[in-house]
Amino acid sequence: MSRRQTVAVVVGLALYALLPPFLKNYGVYLMTLLCVYVMAAMGLNLVVGYAGQMSIGQAAFFGIGAYHVAILMKLGLPFLAVLPLAAGSCFVIGLLLGFPALRVQHHYLAFATLGFNVLVYLVLRNEQGWTGGTFGLAGIPRPTLFGVELDGNLAFFYFTLASTVVLALLLAWLLRSPWGRAFAALRDNPIRAESLGVNITAYTLLAFAIGAACAGVGGAYYAVLVQYIEPSAFNVPASLMMLLAVIVGGSGRFFGPLVGTVVVVLLPEWLRFAQNWYLMVFGFAVVALMVWLPGGVLSLADRWRRARR
Amino acid sequence: MSVFLEVKDVRKYYGAIRAVDGVSFALGPGEIVGVIGPNGSGKTTLFNSILGQIRPTSGAVEFAGEDITGMSPLELARRGIGRTFQTLQVFGKLSVRDNLIVAAQEFKGTMKSRLFAAPDAGLGEHADRMIELFRLQHVATLPAGTLSYGQQKLIDIAMAFMAGPRLVLLDEPCAGVNPSLVDQLRELLIELNRTQGGSFVVIEHNMDFVMRLCPQVICMVEGKVLAAGPPASVQGNRAVLEAYLGN
Repeated sequence: MSRRQTVAVVVGLALYALLPPFLKNYGVYLMTLLCVYVMAAMGLNLVVGYAGQMSIGQAAFFGIGAYHVAILMKLGLPFLAVLPLAAGSCFVIGLLLGFPALRVQHHYLAFATLGFNVLVYLVLRNEQGWTGGTFGLAGIPRPTLFGVELDGNLAFFYFTLASTVVLALLLAWLLRSPWGRAFAALRDNPIRAESLGVNITAYTLLAFAIGAACAGVGGAYYAVLVQYIEPSAFNVPASLMMLLAVIVGGSGRFFGPLVGTVVVVLLPEWLRFAQNWYLMVFGFAVVALMVWLPGGVLSLADRWRRARR
Repeated sequence: MSVFLEVKDVRKYYGAIRAVDGVSFALGPGEIVGVIGPNGSGKTTLFNSILGQIRPTSGAVEFAGEDITGMSPLELARRGIGRTFQTLQVFGKLSVRDNLIVAAQEFKGTMKSRLFAAPDAGLGEHADRMIELFRLQHVATLPAGTLSYGQQKLIDIAMAFMAGPRLVLLDEPCAGVNPSLVDQLRELLIELNRTQGGSFVVIEHNMDFVMRLCPQVICMVEGKVLAAGPPASVQGNRAVLEAYLGN
């Protein structure tokens, strides 16, 4: 990242952090929700954008993370103890799913992950004893951080924002490491990568599992944000929404999921002035975006650079 | 001569079609062998049979005394066998430097140690030397996919040599390369053979390139070895001339 880009990111982050005190509760909630979805979308970007795999099952891992937190925190465990458990479980489940699912590629893999998402949804809906079934789980407490209660919306927003930044830094470090280069190699040309000694099975599995763990972390924060979860929030439409965020922002670009999540989460809110038409306007906006910018919003910069040459 | 690579009666049949029909040859350490033949003579199928891309119908391939028949490309890479493909196979979105680093990083340390290694996996200097050798300094930071065909071909070949392989199989390295670059390529391969000491098997249609690079040449026709020996004897072989030019 160039110095100018670093300054732009720091300024953007500072502005994002300064805005909530001037917003009403719903505004603060939306900004926190954005951070939560960015966590899950960053994980999906690792799978789709960097490792070149397809997944329509990210919301399943998001749900597994959320239910981990809801069930274990209601049993009295602290959030900071449950969070690694949620991430670890999603990582392991991602590996277990990856072993059979990653034998197929592209749209076949998309359907395999979609099937997994439906399966998780059905378990969440039918295992009433654990999950509350369609009634969901209510009364999920907000976390306490070293004795400080994060009940207030503003305090919880800053906690979530800081966690999102930490997760982003971890992913940036991962992508800068030789692993990141191996992920990109297997995305660009898996046959060539294998002939150069890149263990494509291991790297694909790892990308899938790390992406699942990110979704699990996002789901954990989602549960304590909304304090009430029910299965429909983790069904296939949520996975499609996350995939849309990655593609709209710019798949394989580090800040793509951030920009895409802004479009997917905030654009429908900004379009509410259109009343009953707002979802239709949103749909047209996304279609137009994909037609003119198939590389995502962040590909605009490339176009601009090419046009200047 | 000590045998390094031994191809023993390799056959690959697709139903009634005999793509490779009982090919045998041996190669010693540091040797270069050229494989020539008209289109469809089975050269690339032979390569793919040796390199684990396809499993031969029968026969065996031994490398340094070990049976490597049917091993996956990953297992072969770990044994020091590199290759280039007939078509361009670079990582288009990665920079030239990253293409070279990724070609060798998996041979350094364990998977876990690579996670915590420096971003260039300690291969930056080696990659820069290779970039200099292949005269790619001016494009080192550009995405490989944006470069010309000839430049991508050079990257492709440089990648095969990054990890210092013991054996490299090059499939038509001159295809699509302009004539001025062909001489440069031949000199580079001779230099790499001298400095790295690896053995090469080269498939090529450019006769001048093969005759000047390879001390031994095999000519394949219809899946079989038609002639083998020093370039001059193969070039003067009547059956070889007929296979290329017809009666």
